[in-house]
Amino acid sequence: MRQMKRMSLIALLMALALVAAACGGGDGDDPGQTGDDGGGATGGEFSVGICEPQFLMPGNTQETCGAQVLQGLFTPLVEFDPDTAEPSNVIAESIDSEDLQTWTVTIQDGWTFHNGEPLTAQSYVNAWNWAANAQNKALNSYFFGNIEGYADLNPEKGKPETEEMSGLKVIDDTSFEVTLSEPFSQFPLTVGYTAFYPLPDAFFDDPDAFNEAPIGNGPYMMDGKWRHDREIKVTKYADYSGEEPNADAIEFRIYADANTQYTDLIAGQVDIIDSVPTEQLAQAPQELGDRFVQKESSYFGYLQFPLYADPWGNVELRRAVSMAIDREAITTAIYQGAYTPAESIIPPVVPGFRENVCDVCTHDPEQAAQLWEANDGPSDIVLWFNNDGGHEEWMEAVSNQLRQTLGVKTKFESMAFEEYLTLQDQHELTGPGRGAWVFDYPSPQNYLEPIFGCDGSSQEMGYEDHGCEEAQEAIDAGNAEPELDAAIEHYHRAEELILEDLPATPLWFGVTQSGYGEGVDNVIFDVFSFVRLEQVEVVDA
Amino acid sequence: MGQYFIRRILQVIPVFFGATFLIFAMVFALPGDPIRALAGEKPLSEAVQREFRTEYHLDDPLPVQYGYYIGGLFQGDFGQTFRGEPVLDIMKDKFPITARLALIAFLFEATLGVVAGVLAGLKRGSFVDNLVLVSTITVVSVPIFVLGFLAQLLLGVQLKWFPIAGVQHGASSYFLPGMVLGSLSLCYVARLLRTSLGENLRADYVRTATAKGLSRLRVVGRHTLRNSLIPVVTFLAVDLGFLMGGAIVTETIFNMPGIGREVFLGIKGQEGALVVGIVTAGVLIFMFANLVVDLLYAILDPRIRYD
Repeated sequence: MRQMKRMSLIALLMALALVAAACGGGDGDDPGQTGDDGGGATGGEFSVGICEPQFLMPGNTQETCGAQVLQGLFTPLVEFDPDTAEPSNVIAESIDSEDLQTWTVTIQDGWTFHNGEPLTAQSYVNAWNWAANAQNKALNSYFFGNIEGYADLNPEKGKPETEEMSGLKVIDDTSFEVTLSEPFSQFPLTVGYTAFYPLPDAFFDDPDAFNEAPIGNGPYMMDGKWRHDREIKVTKYADYSGEEPNADAIEFRIYADANTQYTDLIAGQVDIIDSVPTEQLAQAPQELGDRFVQKESSYFGYLQFPLYADPWGNVELRRAVSMAIDREAITTAIYQGAYTPAESIIPPVVPGFRENVCDVCTHDPEQAAQLWEANDGPSDIVLWFNNDGGHEEWMEAVSNQLRQTLGVKTKFESMAFEEYLTLQDQHELTGPGRGAWVFDYPSPQNYLEPIFGCDGSSQEMGYEDHGCEEAQEAIDAGNAEPELDAAIEHYHRAEELILEDLPATPLWFGVTQSGYGEGVDNVIFDVFSFVRLEQVEVVDA
Repeated sequence: MGQYFIRRILQVIPVFFGATFLIFAMVFALPGDPIRALAGEKPLSEAVQREFRTEYHLDDPLPVQYGYYIGGLFQGDFGQTFRGEPVLDIMKDKFPITARLALIAFLFEATLGVVAGVLAGLKRGSFVDNLVLVSTITVVSVPIFVLGFLAQLLLGVQLKWFPIAGVQHGASSYFLPGMVLGSLSLCYVARLLRTSLGENLRADYVRTATAKGLSRLRVVGRHTLRNSLIPVVTFLAVDLGFLMGGAIVTETIFNMPGIGREVFLGIKGQEGALVVGIVTAGVLIFMFANLVVDLLYAILDPRIRYD
C-alpha cells in the first residue's frame, strides 16, 4: 500500500515535470510590458481593460465599455467633478434659459474634429437629429424625447416625414437653441451624457464605417480601427483645443471575462481594469495594496413590486417585505462591501442625497411579521430575476429572510435577461422582482422620473395606476424650478412620497471596485465609474 | 471509391437544409425579445423597436423568416447581427482563431497522446505505464476551467513563460490555451492507444510476424501500430470537429475571440443569422472531418473497402 502511494506520488511529480518541460520551448519572449518608455508625468502609453463595446458611436453607445472609449475620443459640453459631481462647462460657453424650456447653448470657438472639420453648432444639431430619428435605429433615441418635435421623428405608424426636430435651431456657428416640450431645470446636466456628443459631417456619409473608427473632438483620436474582441488603440490628438492629456497613447484591451482581466493585471499585462470581479474581492486588497480602488458608484439596486398583481397592490404588504430584508447582512456577507445598504432613493453620488429617508428600509423582523399577519399576507411569494447577471446569491438570501421573518414559502422564477425584460414590460410578474438603475447624468431627478414617474421610461411596476400622480407633481415642480437648492427640495418631497407608496423598495447602492498596476499613477475614477483617461500618468518602470 | 465519395458529398445537401432550419427554428423559439434587450436596463423607444423589427423581419412567421434567410444565403448574403455587423465578416474574423487554437490543441494531443500511449502500451505495468495512467486520470478528473486557471497562474503569472490572455502576442498566445484545450483529449488518446496496442500485441498476426523473424521495430511500427491506430484516428477526427466548433470555456478564460464565444453570445442575443451561419459551418466541417476519417480507414486497414 505504501509502495503504491509513493509510486503514484513520483508519477504525479514526473507528470508535472513533463508538462513543464514540454512548455519550455516558448521561453525568451517575456510578454510585453506596456508603457515602459514613459518619462514621468507626461508621455508614455498605458492600457485599460474593458469589455467588448456594443457600439462606438454617440447615438448608440449606452453601455459602460463603449462609453469609456468614447470618453477619450470626445469632449462633452459639460463635465462633472469626479468627486462632487459638480458640473462645469467644457465646450459649452454657456447653457442658459429664461423659462427653463427654451435653452440657448453657446459653444467655444476654435474646436475641431480629428479629421480637421471645425466643431460648430450644426455638429450638435445634426448629431441629435440623427439619433432621435427612429429610422436610424439609435439605441439612445429616447434621450431626445423631451425635445420639441421628437414625436415627428418617431411617429406611431409609418415613416417620419421630416429629418429634423422643430425644437433644434442653429442660431450661428457657435450657438443653437433647444426647445423642450416642458420646462426642465436639469437640462444642462443631461448634455454631459454620451448621447449628446457632437458628430462631424464624415459620420453621416457612412455611419457604419464611423462606428469602426469614430472621429471625435476629444483629447485622443483613433489609431487604426476598432479590432473587435481584441483591442482599440488611441493616440494623442495634436490639434486638441482643450487641456493636453498626460499620456501619449492608450490601448483599450478587450476582455471577455473579468477574472482573466484581473489575472492579467496581476501579471502586469494590463495597467488599469474597470472592475474587480466579486470572486477576487477577498484577495484584491492584499494583492493590489493601495492600487485597489473603491469608490461610490451610481448603481441603485431595488426590489420592485408588481402593483398590478394581487395582492401586491396592498402597500402594507410591500412595507412588510421591505422591513423583512436585512440589507446590511447581505451586502457584507455576499458582496464584501461592493454595495452599501440603501435607505433612500437618491444615492450618495448625486446632490440631494440624504441618509435614512426610508423608514421601512431598516431591518425590523417583528414589525414586518405583524404587518404581514394583520394584512392577510399570502403564504407564497414568487421572486423574479434574471439568472445571467450573478443575482442568484442575494436573491437566495432575500428569499431566506422572507421565509424566516414572514413565515411564507418562496419560489424563484428566473430566466434570461431578454425574457425578464419582456415579462416586466408586459406586466407579467407575480411577485417582487429585481430592478436596477445606473444614472445618465448626476441629478436626483434621474433616479426619480425614469424609474418612478407616471410615464417613467423604466417604470415597470404599474405605478401609473396606483397613485403616481402626487410624486410626479413634485418631480414636475422640481423640473420647473431654476434654483438647484429649491429644485432639490421638490425632489426630496417626491422621494418621500414614493417611499410612502413604496412601488419598489431600495436595496443597495453600488461601489466601484477597480485597480491599477505599478506602471501608472493618478488614476481617477469619476462619478460614472470611468477612468479619467487624460489624467492618467505613466510612471517610469 | 469515386462513387462512394460522390454519395457522401450529396449527403451534405439534406443535412445542410435540415441543420439550418432546425437551428433557425430553435433560435426563433427562444423566449424574450432580443430587440428590447439591446438597450439593457435602459428603455428603447417604440418607434426604434418597430424599425428593428421591420428590418429584421421579426414580426413574420418562422417559414417566412427562414425563406428570407435562405434567399439571402443563395446570393452570398449571410445576414447581419442586430449591431449591423455582417455575419460573414464575423465568421472570417473568428474562424481563423478557432482554427489555430484547434490546430495547436490537435497537434499537442495527437503527438504527445500517441507517444504516451505507445510507451505505456508496449511495457504494461512498467513505471512509464503507471506514470501515464496516473497523470491522465488526474487531468481527466480536473474540470477544464481549473486547468486553465492553474496554467495561467503557474506558467503565466509565476514563471512568465507565456502570455495569459488575448491573441496580440502572436504565435505564443496560442500555446497555453491550445495545450489546456488539448489536454483532455490527450489523455483519451493515450489511454485508447495503450489498450488497443496491448490487445493487438497479443494477436495472431503479430505472433506470426515475430515468428517470421521481423525486427521488433517493424512488428510494432508496421503491423501492430497501424491496426491499433484505427480507434485513435476515429476519436481524433471527431475531436477535430469538436475543436473547430469552438471551445467556449477555454476561449473565455484565455480571452481568445474565437467561434465558440461568438456562438454563445449569438444564442444569448438571439442573433438567428449569426448562430445559423456559425453552426452550419461547424456541421459542414464536422461532416468533412468524418469523410476524411472514413477514407483514412481504408488506408490504415486494407480489409476496409468502399465500393
